[in-house]
Amino acid sequence: MLRGDLEGEALEEHVKERIITTTLDTALNWARANAVFPATFGLACCAIEMMSMVASRYDIARFGSEAFRASPRQADLLVLSGRVSIKMAPVVRRIYDQMLEPKWVISMGACSSSGGMFSNYAVVQGADKFMPVDVHVPGCPPRPEAVLYGFNKLQRQIVGDPDLGWRQRYNAAGTEEWARMETGVPTPEALAAARRVVAREEKVEQEAGE
Amino acid sequence: MPDAVGLELIAKEINAAHEGAVRETGHEYGSATLVIAAGKNLEVLRWLEETPGQEYTFCSSVHGADYLPAEPRFAVHYELLNRDRVERIHVKALLGDPSAGTDDRWGEGPLPTLRSSVGIFPTAEFQEREIYDFFGIVFDGHPDLRRITMPEDYVGWPQRRDFPIGGEPVIFTNTERERAGWYE
Ligand code: SF4
Repeated sequence: MLRGDLEGEALEEHVKERIITTTLDTALNWARANAVFPATFGLACCAIEMMSMVASRYDIARFGSEAFRASPRQADLLVLSGRVSIKMAPVVRRIYDQMLEPKWVISMGACSSSGGMFSNYAVVQGADKFMPVDVHVPGCPPRPEAVLYGFNKLQRQIVGDPDLGWRQRYNAAGTEEWARMETGVPTPEALAAARRVVAREEKVEQEAGE
Repeated sequence: MPDAVGLELIAKEINAAHEGAVRETGHEYGSATLVIAAGKNLEVLRWLEETPGQEYTFCSSVHGADYLPAEPRFAVHYELLNRDRVERIHVKALLGDPSAGTDDRWGEGPLPTLRSSVGIFPTAEFQEREIYDFFGIVFDGHPDLRRITMPEDYVGWPQRRDFPIGGEPVIFTNTERERAGWYE
């Protein structure tokens, strides 16, 4: 549209249609979530998958985060891609501390999430022992798609709509191993929740059948 | 490597030069081994390096071992190579544990000691540091005996057989009852 195409009332109407009102926070978070700068930082074999995530086949540029920064001062996402040895842990923590707020961490792979197969004297059993982690991506190594999925979760968390854990989504609170430790069966709350789900599904089926 | 007869001759000549240095010889699994007295390690290494006709001038590996519950418990292995004849010889120094019998789980008691071979083979420097790091074997006369792989403030000698393996107990569905309370 060129200047002068619309005049008076029509122009007013056109402008009104094209304005979105939002809060500053929402706009800011939206911008943040779509321009995350990960730190160039690999710890072990998982880092190879992280690298292929950036390359053309998986292409994290689709989500606006292809610019890996070699300085923690310019990065706001740390992907812990591999095992963290106890000698490396202070280094990782220092890099994390050097990153500017707001900052996020994805723990990629079994090793950085739990120590993985390295249950021994040299490896930290889970990086969340010494730093906060936002998203854990399981796998050894996780496929790049899995890391991208974790990254999308993080984006949703950044825009203020954190995905609930699967137990909430599937109404499965109370089915944790520790919760059925006592009796060996799900707690009454869990059973009640499961019954609610079943009832809901039956209702859906009935409605579909009618 | 020298054949079995050659190895016996080497052992005999070393013993003639340094009384009681070679305790045993072994010629199996494709390696010729001289088991030596720990106190005579430098004499044996220097003899193997300098004697005309031997000249094992290249030290391709130094490594430690823990044979618990055998006695003596530790060993330091030197793997020497003559590069002209492409012959290897394996020297094994057995070391007792001075804090044996005590409940010294973290290896804080007296440590086994051996003279450092850095003066003969400079390449042994990092390898001796590694042995010190993992087995707590002290090398007298080493120019810079610090930990090399573990953090410098680490306590204990992690490759010793009685060192706790570390990590966390893992729970599987078949062990969740025996391991009750793991989540605390
Ligand atoms: S999770 Fe697997 S691939 Fe990743 S660092 Fe550990 S061992 Fe390597």
